[in-house]
Amino acid sequence: MSIFESRGATRRFGGLVAVDSVSFAVEQGEIFGLIGPNGAGKTTMFNLITALTPPTSGQLLFQGQNIVGKQPHQIAAMGIARTFQNIRLFGNLSALENVKVAQHTHTHANVFAGILGTPGAREEARRVEAKARELLRLVGLGESADEKAKNFSYGDQRRLEIARALALEPKLLLLDEPGAGMNPNEKGILSDLIRQIRDQFNLTIILIEHHVPLVMGLCDRIAVLNFGQLIALGKPAEVQSDPAVIDAYLGD
Amino acid sequence: MAAASIPQNPVQDFLKKPINVTLAMIAYVVVTTVAMVLISNSRQAALYPLFNMIGFTAFILSPILIISIPAPNLWRGLLLVAFVFFVVPVIGLVNTAYLELAIQISLFAGMALGLNIVVGFAGLLDLGYVAFFASGAYLWGMFTSEANTVFRQNGWTVDPANFYAFLVLGIIVAAIIGILLGSPVIRLKGDYLAIVTLGFGELIRILARNLDQPVNLTNGSQGLHSIGRPPLPDFLQSLTDGVADFFQIPLAAPGPIARQLMFYFLAIGLIGLIIVVARSLEESPIGRAWTAIREDEVAARAMGVSLVRMKLLAFATGASFGGAVGVLYAAKQTFIDPTSFGLLQSIGILVMVIVGGMGNIKGVLLGAMIITLVDQHILNNLSALIRAAVPTLPSSLDPTKYQPFIFGLLLVLMMIFRPAGLLPAARRRLELLAEREEKIEEEPKTKKVK
Repeated sequence: MSIFESRGATRRFGGLVAVDSVSFAVEQGEIFGLIGPNGAGKTTMFNLITALTPPTSGQLLFQGQNIVGKQPHQIAAMGIARTFQNIRLFGNLSALENVKVAQHTHTHANVFAGILGTPGAREEARRVEAKARELLRLVGLGESADEKAKNFSYGDQRRLEIARALALEPKLLLLDEPGAGMNPNEKGILSDLIRQIRDQFNLTIILIEHHVPLVMGLCDRIAVLNFGQLIALGKPAEVQSDPAVIDAYLGD
Repeated sequence: MAAASIPQNPVQDFLKKPINVTLAMIAYVVVTTVAMVLISNSRQAALYPLFNMIGFTAFILSPILIISIPAPNLWRGLLLVAFVFFVVPVIGLVNTAYLELAIQISLFAGMALGLNIVVGFAGLLDLGYVAFFASGAYLWGMFTSEANTVFRQNGWTVDPANFYAFLVLGIIVAAIIGILLGSPVIRLKGDYLAIVTLGFGELIRILARNLDQPVNLTNGSQGLHSIGRPPLPDFLQSLTDGVADFFQIPLAAPGPIARQLMFYFLAIGLIGLIIVVARSLEESPIGRAWTAIREDEVAARAMGVSLVRMKLLAFATGASFGGAVGVLYAAKQTFIDPTSFGLLQSIGILVMVIVGGMGNIKGVLLGAMIITLVDQHILNNLSALIRAAVPTLPSSLDPTKYQPFIFGLLLVLMMIFRPAGLLPAARRRLELLAEREEKIEEEPKTKKVK
């Protein structure tokens, strides 16, 4: 069984069909690339999966279960985490706090335990803190845990978003242009990081990316969207030589 | 003392040492306390209102100063306890008007801290906060008032000794009303939320005014009178008498003064509790979730924060503080009517939060102090001062009539000079600075993208 499957997912905005009956399946442990020209509907696809935008029609299956109609926080709790193309960190919170927020679904202390400072609540606070620091170290931000998120460089903010998403303990991780704004050297480090977290946390990753070498080197399979439609799906080499893909990128 | 090698202002240098600053603080308290006694004993002097105005303001700001000085927690704590539980009550025995002011400040501080949860922590603008205060006050009022309501007619009234149970009940009822208000407005933000909550506040006030028909629940616009008061413990009466004897303070009415002291201690206890709860919530996962919602709702949802649950929790927590204060307020005033719960009260509490510093507990306390002082002390004394100087002053120029004007002016000045409040929360201060910077950078940025 595929860990994630989209069956004819469609999203209309008025007359515009941003995602047009797209169907594909992602296997457990894959790094799956989602590429396409600007406005092809890649980010909308992510919004459909995370329920920030509900699909107009179609089914989205996560571990065999239809997730259409669920609330974003329920999806997050089920194990789908994401990063954002236009970085959406909590800018005035420290890096550490950003990561702590995402552990929300895994904390159990209720209001009264929190107010009373019960041993359980304190123990949990320690665990949350330790885990947040560990994740920050993993993405290479261990030194600046207490710095405000907005003071970070562009690349560091992207890495912080990954750490925050990992704090959800996801099974499926959606990365929306994680390499944007990074130099080639940083992109190389990023590729290694993505592989490393996939192996370490037993993740499945769907990745939106424009940078062709990064996608080709990293992804097991690639889906190409153009004007909301899926025009190609397959191994990087196959997709690269597909005439429809070449036409979409280079054609009129 | 290597740091001392840098040339510095000698006063600043002196105040850097904890022992010095603590001694200076004690001196400040002693001087203002002695001044209060002297001022209280010279009520016939022409400039009495002026001294009264400045003296009490300086005196009552002490707790804020005490918690702000750079000294060990233990010293500050002892000083604070000594001031709150000894100095203020004794000054209150000397002049009961001061005790009344201290109670009013505490009650408003409690409400401002409740509103701060909703507005400051979770970023939900609530213009109808007084509704929760009203629900607490009416809860206690309806069950104990001697007004001819359906409760009195049917013998449903309760013994005032049940006050503490009703304090808890007031918290629960207000929290439920908070959730009722919160549920339909979860998806609203900013201005829209403000308008709906404003309507809700008015709704509760109008209910209080009109629910004397067909069954008389609230006694309508006449209000509820002779509301029950919790019984005065004997030890407090004897303690009051003992302290008055020791300091040789002549008490005009020992009974009522002891009762006022009881309400003072109840109010202090209540805000103490509210501060502890607000602080632990702020540092808990719940407080973090609130901040996340305030910062970026979309990202917060994607990170597993349930908007519905967290916003309702903010409304319920803030409301419960208001409800508890309402119960205490009704018991203390023994009279409530719908005019005590109007839009201006809601705005007054919001002004406290904004002037003090949204999201910062110490700032909100300062804001509550300043606004209550302006409202109930400074304007009155200003009025007395001006009337003494110009006896023919038309009453339309009386400063006490300009209360809403002063609040408005204060808000405008704050927005221009200190938009984050007198004592801004660290996070808020950064946000406001960032907005200014973004505005400057905005233009070139958008051009680059296109």
